[in-house]
Amino acid sequence: MDSVLGFLAAIGRTTLAFLAVAGRLSLFAAHGVAACLTPPLYGRLLLRQMVSIGYFSLPVVGLTALFTGMVLALQIFLGSARFNAESAVASIVVIGITRELGPVIAGLMVAGRVGAAIAAEIGTMRVTEQIDALTTLSTNPFRYLVAPRILAAAITLPFLVLIGDAIGVFGAFLVGTLKLGFTSQSYLSSTLDFMEIQDVVSGLVKAAVFGFIIALMGCYHGYHSRGGAQGVGAAATNAVVSASILLLSADYILTELFFVQS
Amino acid sequence: MSAVEKNAPEVMPHGTPKIRLRGVKKAFGKKVVLNGVDLDVAKGESVVVIGSSGSGKSVLLKCILGLVKPDAGTIEVDGIDAIKVRGRERDALLAKFGMLFQSAALFDSLRVWENVAFGLVEGRGMPRAQAKPIAVENLAKVGLGPDVAMLWPAELSGGMKKRVGLARAIATHPEILFFDEPTTGLDPIMSDVINDLIAARVRDLGATGISITHDMASARKIGDRVAMLHGGRIIWQGPVSQIDRSGNAHVEQFIHGRAEGPIKVEVTQ
Ligand SMILES: Nc1ncnc2c1ncn2[C@@H]1O[C@H](COP(=O)(O)OP(=O)(O)OP(=O)(O)O)[C@@H](O)[C@H]1O
Ligand SMILES: [Mg+2]
Repeated sequence: MDSVLGFLAAIGRTTLAFLAVAGRLSLFAAHGVAACLTPPLYGRLLLRQMVSIGYFSLPVVGLTALFTGMVLALQIFLGSARFNAESAVASIVVIGITRELGPVIAGLMVAGRVGAAIAAEIGTMRVTEQIDALTTLSTNPFRYLVAPRILAAAITLPFLVLIGDAIGVFGAFLVGTLKLGFTSQSYLSSTLDFMEIQDVVSGLVKAAVFGFIIALMGCYHGYHSRGGAQGVGAAATNAVVSASILLLSADYILTELFFVQS
Repeated sequence: MSAVEKNAPEVMPHGTPKIRLRGVKKAFGKKVVLNGVDLDVAKGESVVVIGSSGSGKSVLLKCILGLVKPDAGTIEVDGIDAIKVRGRERDALLAKFGMLFQSAALFDSLRVWENVAFGLVEGRGMPRAQAKPIAVENLAKVGLGPDVAMLWPAELSGGMKKRVGLARAIATHPEILFFDEPTTGLDPIMSDVINDLIAARVRDLGATGISITHDMASARKIGDRVAMLHGGRIIWQGPVSQIDRSGNAHVEQFIHGRAEGPIKVEVTQ
């Protein structure tokens, strides 16, 4: 009897803790979005964040996109050869990259690079009382710290993904023409003929949502970090893990929404 | 407790106090830090808060600023409830304050002059070019030359950081100034310069101040009144001139820095 009650109590505690976190996160997100949508906006800070989040992520996103495109071409060629559909490689690759792998892989890479950096920076500011100092200098930390990061990530990630898409398709093109025996003419035409504008657009919408999630989780964990260096380290880890999980679940939900529409 | 009544603030010189605390309580988990703090600070008055390390002095200041939420009690600043106030009213209230944090809390992503000018540029919307000479001027007041203005906080010594924090706190000419251990980590001469600066701010510009210090020479120089925090309460307060005749064993032990007395320090030898 006791063990049953103890078990139920444990479930109750976990549920309550989960709800508390969900509530705090929603409130934090609402504050963050409100700060993004109402003036004043710190233009200087937004620009700086767009450079550090967007521009400096280009090499990472470009490289991962290149190899993803290349490996995708190989795998799909192998798969489609089983039912003599090799000619579909180019069209399937471009759909796979633009709709799914482009945004997800770029999102995960940026989550690792940027999510951790945001959490560590804001976390350090928290534990060294810099956020308290901001407040006493009449500056709202949500406007000064959170809004520029969320906006910058949500704006730059679609551009990153667009560039990543192009590089990924180019990687597949290289493998297709150099290794799998397609002529560049036929590979390009079957890439473009079956690609729909909606494939690209849905991927870019996903990217914007992923950017929002990544910056939000970085800010949230940094803002609530406790203790010293160890607390900041934990915040960075939690930011990356939670951003990745939320990102993948948002990916499914968004895909289903787009799927129902088309 | 009779000491408190006997030395309760004689007459408030300007009517309602600028800052008024009643029954402020704060605990972190099981650890009770503030346990019913009552304190009045009149407009233009400089109060020095003393007390053992870890007695909750810094937490007290953070409660008044709304950075730490008290569990119970009321805090009024100019008659406004400082705990409940939100939105624009809170911004307006915070704009009255300048605070030197115990850790200085400089923004390490900004240069020294940008730190000092922060309240002017971000808080008041002053153009950066106009704020820079003001920042340099404020740095000069704390004994730092214009060459320091272009450095990053990480390039400063502990005492220099403290002085930059002080310059940042006074740059906007706030009505209320909080100094958390302004002279800790400074050499005796620089301490005296800083004490004079704080005294001048409060006396000449009519600011209201609360300072925390362990340095009794500094307390005598900058304070009109002294309040001692112990066991989560203000156990004694009175004019700085009476500090040597407090008749309170805790205060006596504290100002003479004796290991023996009613304040127990637990150490194993
Ligand atoms: N954020 C916090 N979380 C948990 N405990 C805290 C927090 N801030 C302060 N405390 C605790 O509150 C107590 C009072 O801290 P406070 O910093 O106010 O001391 P103090 O009087 O300023 O000491 P010192 O003279 O050494 O600066 C300490 O025991 C500290 O452990
Ligand atoms: Mg302290």
